[in-house]
Amino acid sequence: MAVPLAAITTLAWRNLWRNYRRTLIMLLAIALGVWAMIFMSALMRGMTDQMVRNGLNTLPGEVQIHHLNYRRDPSVVNSMAPPEGALLDVLERPPVVAWAGRVRVPAVISSERGSRSVLLLGVDPAAEEALGSLPAEILEGRMLEGVDDRGLVIGASLARRLETELGKRVVIMSQDPDNNVVDRGARVVGIYRARLQGSEDRFVYAGRAVLQEMLGIGEQLSEIALTGDDYRHVDDWYPQIVAAAGSELEVMSWTQLDGFLSSMLATQDGFTLVFMIVVFLVLSFGLVNTLVMAVFERVREIGLMQALGMRPGLILGQILLESLYLLCLGLALGNLLALATILPLASGIDISGVAEGMEMMGMGTTLYPALYLQDMLMSTAVVVVLGLLASLAPAWRASRLDPVAALNKT
Amino acid sequence: MSVTWVLAWRNLWRHRRRTWLTVGAMVFCNTLLVFLVSLQLGVYQMMIDGSLAAYTGHIQIQQQGYLDDQYIYQSVPEVAGLAAQVRAELGVETVAARAEAFALASSAERSFGILLTGVQPAYEPGVSTFPGKLREGRYLAGDNAQEIVIGTVLAENLKVGVGDELTFLGSGRDGSFAAAIATVVGILDTGLEEVDRSMAQVPLGWFQQVFSMGNQGHSVVIRLPSLEAVPAATIALREQLQGRDGLTVLDWDALMPGLRQAIASDMAGAWFQYGILVVLVAFSVLNTQLMSVLERTREFGVMLALGLRPQRLARLVGMETLLLAILGLVLGMLGGGLLSWYLSYAGFSYPGMEEMAARFMLPDRMYPEVSLLSLSVGPLAVFVGAMLAALYPALRLLRLQPVAAMRAV
Repeated sequence: MAVPLAAITTLAWRNLWRNYRRTLIMLLAIALGVWAMIFMSALMRGMTDQMVRNGLNTLPGEVQIHHLNYRRDPSVVNSMAPPEGALLDVLERPPVVAWAGRVRVPAVISSERGSRSVLLLGVDPAAEEALGSLPAEILEGRMLEGVDDRGLVIGASLARRLETELGKRVVIMSQDPDNNVVDRGARVVGIYRARLQGSEDRFVYAGRAVLQEMLGIGEQLSEIALTGDDYRHVDDWYPQIVAAAGSELEVMSWTQLDGFLSSMLATQDGFTLVFMIVVFLVLSFGLVNTLVMAVFERVREIGLMQALGMRPGLILGQILLESLYLLCLGLALGNLLALATILPLASGIDISGVAEGMEMMGMGTTLYPALYLQDMLMSTAVVVVLGLLASLAPAWRASRLDPVAALNKT
Repeated sequence: MSVTWVLAWRNLWRHRRRTWLTVGAMVFCNTLLVFLVSLQLGVYQMMIDGSLAAYTGHIQIQQQGYLDDQYIYQSVPEVAGLAAQVRAELGVETVAARAEAFALASSAERSFGILLTGVQPAYEPGVSTFPGKLREGRYLAGDNAQEIVIGTVLAENLKVGVGDELTFLGSGRDGSFAAAIATVVGILDTGLEEVDRSMAQVPLGWFQQVFSMGNQGHSVVIRLPSLEAVPAATIALREQLQGRDGLTVLDWDALMPGLRQAIASDMAGAWFQYGILVVLVAFSVLNTQLMSVLERTREFGVMLALGLRPQRLARLVGMETLLLAILGLVLGMLGGGLLSWYLSYAGFSYPGMEEMAARFMLPDRMYPEVSLLSLSVGPLAVFVGAMLAALYPALRLLRLQPVAAMRAV
């Protein structure tokens, strides 16, 4: 077998270049198709990645732990004791990278010019920093310095709506566990900018201990947020947190907390595959056409080979090999093209022209294409597998030619 | 039919399989394009209708700057009167006045900050679908009644039901302290978490008393019979409001700039994908036509030697491509049209669509919208692509030398 195999590989390669124009056109078409597959999926991935990340930043935290009733009724009544024992143990070791406990209560914030309803977050700045859930940028002033910082950090958009500014005093009003309205005057010590304007209006940061004191809840927390090494694989490790938290607490991963985001991520793979297959189907008409013509031109030649004793299997293999060469060359070219176009865009594509539309979908103003090896492999698999399947018909016909009739064909 | 056409038609069928494969590529691509474009247009229509019908309306009249800042003093004088005036001017009943203020709502057990909206109970159901989403109780009745309807999540959080009382604390338009009590008469379930968590509506007249608004409000909301009527109505209203200081007429694009941009960005991505498909089909046609020209080099040489002008040969190839492209166009339109037409009745959905749909207030099933535009855009693009692809093979013929051509193998 070794000799004929070597022979047909050479034969197939040479046959490919007999009609170099046709081969080049087809090669170009395949390369373009592969480029489109990879480029498009990189854009789509970049988009969902960002949506998920922005979503996680407003959630925030990949896994959250609450009092059983907190999510249905986010009141200060439904708070929990700080973690200890088994739960603390789990939080302190991998795969958990960082965790933070916070107080999170609805509140009304008032300046002398207006009032707004907000979510008041009592945080431990150092822990939140490690978690990556603090606002992206402090425009003016500073971030909170510790759990007993008596200042407030508010969003730029909220500051504008309240007509207040750095250094001014505002009043925050909420409710203690006994349903008494509690309020406190505080100075705005920092103004932040968030990726999404909606977050700026919604979240106000305060020192955790200060807030706990104001609400009279001791050391109690509303929420523990934690993050692991990769948000895509949360489902693998979060059950162990569930086990450690016991039945008194509710532990949820972000995929459960935000149905929109997780379904986006789930349908993403499907969409990418469908797009690739569609592009390939359009390509396949050309591919089959090329092979049909290649066989048609060589009917006599194939007849001669058969007459000389070449077995049908080898003829079939030869045509398939020719197709495979074509596909692989196209793939290589397409992948190179994709790399060449995506890498220069790594610093992001400015899409601020449609910023508000993007915000509706949970995106920022810059799109970062995300090239995944997985997508490149998927496109390769689609092209090679479907390409060989499509080539099977013309190759089969060629191998089943009747030598005598084929030789007599003019 | 001239001889050249007959010749072109016959040439086309010399290689039946090749021709069908090329036509097949076109038909497949056209069918897909017709379907996708129909679907896209249908979904956009649903997105716009769904988002606007919920609460925003097609046009709003507000004080300049209110949209961005929402200060309570940026108000519209005689808001109910203005709404009546607009109703008369445009001849539509679906016009309602609103006023808004932030307040702390407290029940016996709980307090939450909310955005309180004063509405005209008689007209609000015409401009918004929310009043129709009643889960319990009834919608507001009188213009001055001390009643309130709230979202279902807010009701749960406040631990109140129909018949319970709520207290409000806030500040009035003049900065004075505003406080009042209202009875919960209805609970709304819109299905949108964000809305159900924060929505609270009271009658406008009573709202104006509590927040020291006099006869002022914050917006006049106008819902028109169709999206197409918006530009004309906007212009008419702007003319009518000339001389009334500080008021501005905002159409849905200004009210929800995100909506058009979400559509625009989605469209950009889609056009890119369509473009790729069209170019790939064009390559397929180029391949076919170039091969069919090359294999006939000798034949063309003979024809040239017999005195045929090269231009005529080029035209022949052009005609062949034209026939090929028309075949693809007609069959593709037919296939795509039938598929979209069927689905425009049956509708369809894919896994994960529900969450997507909820975000844009869409129904759970999508219905493509078949129109002349959606039927023709894709197939015409493929047609043009195919004709452009034939240029190179056809133009090659102009440089053909009869003697050399006849010797070609």
